Amino acid sequence: MNTKVNIAGVEFKNPVMTASGTFGSGMEYGQFVDLNKLGAVVTKGVSNVPWPGNPTPRVAETYGGMLNAIGLQNPGVDVMIERDLPFLAKYDTKVIVNVCGKTVEDYIEAVERLNETNVDMFEINVSCPNVKEGAIAFGQKADALFDVTKRIKAVSKKPIIMKLSPNVTDITEMAKAAEAAGSDAISLINTLTGMKIDIERRKFVLANKTGGMSGPALKPVAIRMVYQCANAVNIPIIGMGGIATGEDAIEFLMAGATAVAVGAMNFVNPTATVDVIEGIEKYMMRHNISDINEIIGCVK
Amino acid sequence: MFYRNVDEGTVISQEMISEGIFSLWIKNEGAKHAGAGQFVGVYPKGKDTMLMRPISICETKPEENAMRLVYRVAGAGTKEFSELKKGDKVKILANLGNGFPVDEVKGKTIVLMGGGIGIPPMLGTAKALAGEDVHAYLGYRNNDTFLSDEFMQYSKVYIAAEDGSVGVKGNVIDALKATTVLKPDVIMACGPMPMLRAIKNYAAENGITAYISLEERMACGVGACLGCVCKTVNKDEHSHVNNTRICTEGPVFNAEEVDI
Repeated sequence: MNTKVNIAGVEFKNPVMTASGTFGSGMEYGQFVDLNKLGAVVTKGVSNVPWPGNPTPRVAETYGGMLNAIGLQNPGVDVMIERDLPFLAKYDTKVIVNVCGKTVEDYIEAVERLNETNVDMFEINVSCPNVKEGAIAFGQKADALFDVTKRIKAVSKKPIIMKLSPNVTDITEMAKAAEAAGSDAISLINTLTGMKIDIERRKFVLANKTGGMSGPALKPVAIRMVYQCANAVNIPIIGMGGIATGEDAIEFLMAGATAVAVGAMNFVNPTATVDVIEGIEKYMMRHNISDINEIIGCVK
Repeated sequence: MFYRNVDEGTVISQEMISEGIFSLWIKNEGAKHAGAGQFVGVYPKGKDTMLMRPISICETKPEENAMRLVYRVAGAGTKEFSELKKGDKVKILANLGNGFPVDEVKGKTIVLMGGGIGIPPMLGTAKALAGEDVHAYLGYRNNDTFLSDEFMQYSKVYIAAEDGSVGVKGNVIDALKATTVLKPDVIMACGPMPMLRAIKNYAAENGITAYISLEERMACGVGACLGCVCKTVNKDEHSHVNNTRICTEGPVFNAEEVDI
């Protein structure tokens, strides 16, 4: 049974990754799961300099999901290089570093610092809804996305994955812009912008007022967008949005994703990543599928 | 001792000890490793309530693998927990957080302060300090002084009630000021943020070391999501941005170190 998938020349032992921001840099959940079993660890977003993030409360539960407005708090690329990447290097898994920035120059600085490390790929976060400058400003206009993608691709020594926002009128326009600018792959969806109000206190639940929604309630939207993008571009897609089980992952693969990422469900079930991998294998056995690649995009 | 796992707990017993406040005894593996002031994440079963509910450990019986959680029903998750019966299974993320540094304060004059639903973790702390010079100041809204009797086996007990119906009228600081018998070396406290701010200030003015247990909305409980941070005076080893994780570096902090 083959579960290996290939994205931009990088081979993953299985199609299951972690969604950026839900798994730290692997240390915390390494207490619950064997990181060697994962297709890849996708790190929490990192910027050229440390970012403090947003005020609290930063998280809120919603029906079948949650909102977060962490605001990309991170210790900066230097700490990632000194602390997190050596930790991840001890494991037999691929490492994808999620890179965020306020300006194109920020992204480029972080990518250049990481170029000489053992990182396998970069995921470029142009879709975080919780920071005011940069990030999503690049991810909601096709021409801006094209420009930032092209400039990052020009300096990156690793394949790049542009992470797309669902908070757009037509996500295929974004996917096409990323592909045209040379992105090696795309990942989707980032969180859907939401809001929650505490009616007893007449206040917003999140200090940031709005937050990004994730969790199982999001999955049908994500499946639809993966399907649309798979039919719009030829570069590989990493699908994510509410994946909790192997069956959820299979659904994304059938919609056209080459790989998937497990996000908010890590919080609900700390072994969610390996449970998804085992669930995929069981599905393959049950349906006598010898190669996972057979089912990618099989539903037309 | 460090212990971190998703335990399948079994309910031993549950009773309501005050209006909306429940005492739940659970048998689980993490119980025998739990320290005073640590907490656990209890997962509701409902699909609309996905995230674990962080609940402080009130006390344990290590020899029986038993853990007691005393919590207030505040929403759908805790409402579900309040309906748990003997023998029911419950998924618990155990054990979380650092806890109070009880071994470092032995031999000193120790004041424990608990306010409202911040009182339960102070009971286990008093138990861990049994035999020491411990004075527990417990703050309530009224004369429904849940758990106060149980503190008496481990410490001297002083009650404050907001409505003045019992003990000193006011909060735990008022009660401390009213009992001029001692100047504490150390304060350990858990309760609402205004109480913790007052304790931080009181301790600073009086040269007392204060350890306070903070609370914040959490998602993962294990330090991955960065949802539950508090501002700190110095940059910590993990965040490098003066935003420390309450679930991991806390929930107990030296009051001098946090900007609350």
